[in-house]
Amino acid sequence: MKLELRQVTKRFGTLVANDRIDLVVEPGEIHALLGENGAGKSTLMNVLYGLYQADEGKILLDGVEQNFKGPGDAMAAGIGMVHQHFMLIPVFTVAENVVLGNEPTKKLGVLDLEAARKKVRALSDRFGFDVDPDALVSDLPVGAQQRVEIIKSLIRDAKILVLDEPTAVLTPQETDELMQIMRDLAAAGTSIIFITHKLREVQAVSDKITVIRQGKVVGQAKPTSTAGELATMMVGREVDLKVNKSSAKQGGDLVLRVEDIHVEDDRKQLAVDGVSFNVRAGEVFAIAGVQGNGQTELAEALLGLRHVVKGRGAIALNDVYVDNQSVRQRLEAGIGYVPEDRKKDGLVGEFDIAENLMLNGSYGKPFAKGVAIDFASRDRIAKQLIKAFDVRTPSASTQAQKLSGGNQQKVVVARELSREVKLLIVSQPTRGVDVGSIEFIHERIVAERDEGKAVLLISTELDEVLALADRIAVMYRGKIVGIVDANVSRETLGKMMAGVAA
Amino acid sequence: MSKSKVKEEKVENESTSSQVLREILTGSPVRTILSIFVGFAVGAVFMVVFNADVIKSFGYFFSRPGDAFGAMAKTIGDGYGALFRGAIFNTQADDFAIAIRPITETLRFAAPLILAGLGVGLGFRVGLFNIGAVGQMAFSLIGVTWVATQVQLPFVIHTIVAVVVAVLFAAAYGAIVGFLKARTGAHEVIVTIMLNYVALNLFSFFLRTPGLLLEKEGGGTPKADPALETAVLPNLFTDQYRLNWGLIIAIGATFFYWWLMERSTIGYRFRMVGFNANAARAAGIRVERTFVWAMAASAAFAGLAGANQGLTAVGGVTPSIHANIGFDAITVALLGGSRAGGIFAAGLLFGAFKAGGPAMQVVGVAPEILNVVQALIVMFIAAPPLIRALFRLPQPPKRKPISEWIASRLGKGGASIEQKASN
Repeated sequence: MKLELRQVTKRFGTLVANDRIDLVVEPGEIHALLGENGAGKSTLMNVLYGLYQADEGKILLDGVEQNFKGPGDAMAAGIGMVHQHFMLIPVFTVAENVVLGNEPTKKLGVLDLEAARKKVRALSDRFGFDVDPDALVSDLPVGAQQRVEIIKSLIRDAKILVLDEPTAVLTPQETDELMQIMRDLAAAGTSIIFITHKLREVQAVSDKITVIRQGKVVGQAKPTSTAGELATMMVGREVDLKVNKSSAKQGGDLVLRVEDIHVEDDRKQLAVDGVSFNVRAGEVFAIAGVQGNGQTELAEALLGLRHVVKGRGAIALNDVYVDNQSVRQRLEAGIGYVPEDRKKDGLVGEFDIAENLMLNGSYGKPFAKGVAIDFASRDRIAKQLIKAFDVRTPSASTQAQKLSGGNQQKVVVARELSREVKLLIVSQPTRGVDVGSIEFIHERIVAERDEGKAVLLISTELDEVLALADRIAVMYRGKIVGIVDANVSRETLGKMMAGVAA
Repeated sequence: MSKSKVKEEKVENESTSSQVLREILTGSPVRTILSIFVGFAVGAVFMVVFNADVIKSFGYFFSRPGDAFGAMAKTIGDGYGALFRGAIFNTQADDFAIAIRPITETLRFAAPLILAGLGVGLGFRVGLFNIGAVGQMAFSLIGVTWVATQVQLPFVIHTIVAVVVAVLFAAAYGAIVGFLKARTGAHEVIVTIMLNYVALNLFSFFLRTPGLLLEKEGGGTPKADPALETAVLPNLFTDQYRLNWGLIIAIGATFFYWWLMERSTIGYRFRMVGFNANAARAAGIRVERTFVWAMAASAAFAGLAGANQGLTAVGGVTPSIHANIGFDAITVALLGGSRAGGIFAAGLLFGAFKAGGPAMQVVGVAPEILNVVQALIVMFIAAPPLIRALFRLPQPPKRKPISEWIASRLGKGGASIEQKASN
């Protein structure tokens, strides 16, 4: 089926999220939609899927104008969508999930699960999905869950499949498998719209690339374009994708020592299961791994937001055990913390930038005199940091929530780097951050390392880990699979991320 | 980051009630003023439909419609005119001294409303819904009444001691709530409501029991002796006006509240916890301990209101001395947006209602109408979309899918574009 979007415009109040977007997807084509976070890719797809109504413009399928009132209409017309976050019921089997909302029935409305199983098996065999229809979804690895989502769309006869950031939760191997599936589907005539901001994947799999920036189509590109060319189109200016850094100094002081710690998550399940490592001054120690393998809990345990299970491990900062210290004590002992979710843990959205910059500094100088806030000093520091960290904002009294993701992250980074820290814990420092800001934040992290600080980088982005790390540990199901040098191959890391020791 | 992700995060991290609370508290002054206006307008409708003359004139509406409109206008004019004369300036008085008496009465009634309103407002700023100002006042009244009636101290010092005792009693009582919340996760709304009963009944038990607070010579009705001369909050002017030092305390407390919440690091941390407890925790703040301190501080202001009541009661305090101020304080804090100046102004408005009620009754308007107006104002403030729709204030969504509404609400995805575009 041929899809055409003509002059699609979507506004939110005064903001134009999609500005007269034209897009043509031919049958059997893999069409990548490339753009930074907030460029309007997801909005456009939500318009296509009937979640939003376009303010202007048309959607045509095989030349016939469509008018989707909701996702039901879009599905009926042959559009399937795999969301970044799966819409599956974990306690149901694959077959049950796949037919949910569209159940085949026998007489008297009895559910015909056998028919569902057959369909799943047929699709699974045809495209090599390797999915057992009777497996519980909760038992499946993430990659398989994603394939279940794809089956869900195919079983409803989707001719156009939208994949929204499908690789964010996958290991490199799973990503490769997904790309093979995409090629097979395309060969069978399904059109695929592939939304992403990862250049490597775009180059690997797409037939055609449309780049969106600030709600507008800025151009088409071929998969043969270089990463630099694509990044330049995406950002609108030249981008240096490589982080320049010299090799780490050897033999720095031992700043962080983690000894066989066990940490539970919110559900009292062991999320960190016996992890040990050291971080020295002057090095970037990275913890790689697919999201949800205990990295979050590890970072929180290091800061003291989460307790190490009693008697099962210890954390030492500069040779002092900090297990009984409060968060504040650890911060004052020299930990800088950039949390993985800045909106939840790093910022107070309603506070302005100046207030956010003193978030963990309200107990004394330079932000306070006694119990009174030192406004003059605070505003002076805010001005300096906004300039030094290139925070794009009308003023220091702009609310943090009004800033773009990249600028919000710069505020957090500015606050933590401007403190007297010995150990910097940076968790997903560039998630949801535009390419320009990524460049800047990476440079600052390397600069901190070169100044002799110990940096613990926790990231699920392999590119980021490879660009910044001096040593890499890979976490899988709460354990460290192995610790390797930074010159390790992408393939090896990928295997480790799937739990195979190097 | 896709839109669906933003939504999910938000739902996870924030309870609906605190989001609604924040929405209410961040309302614009324009909306507040319009809400007051609409409250009065609906109050006028009530006055009209319950007025006998108007109803009668509608019986012959088609022969002489002018009568009906005249009667309606007269009713509304009489009612709100009486409110003005009763609460601000009595135009019918013989001399100026009597004419300005109503405004002093308004200020007198406003003082405890402002004090307790500051307490509730402080709670709101920390994300705590303190419904317990009534109980905290009642508990402080036990202390203040005991000091005022049974302890012998010199003038001024006696008053100060009584006020301090009131504050300490209330703060301790509030701290219990914070402690239970921090330790057991008990919701402060439930705990404060229950503790209201405890404190009110304890207070009346003290007033009823000989040897505790019951008056030495009397008929046995629950009532304390009048406060000793040395403890009473003195009148500000001549005894012709009952306006007393409570107003000065209220003004001082308002300034202190402003300094505490806007200028001090304590208030800064209070607000941080109120907006985003997760971020506060990661910034090294002990959120649970902050709840305890914030509840104590919130209750301390209610304690000042209790002191005001206990030290100005004519002829000794009775169980009803709290006069529901603790509940009105919730509406005062909401109307005032939990800001020092806003609470002060809202306290004045509701003080005027209390002062002007009797005058309205004299011209045949049920004073309950004022309670209706009071409730409506808060309802309109709490229902911002309604006021927006009434006055066509800017804010886009009419009927959109909820997902889109949330997305536009969060200003996500899109907002960042705007930001970048403006750079």
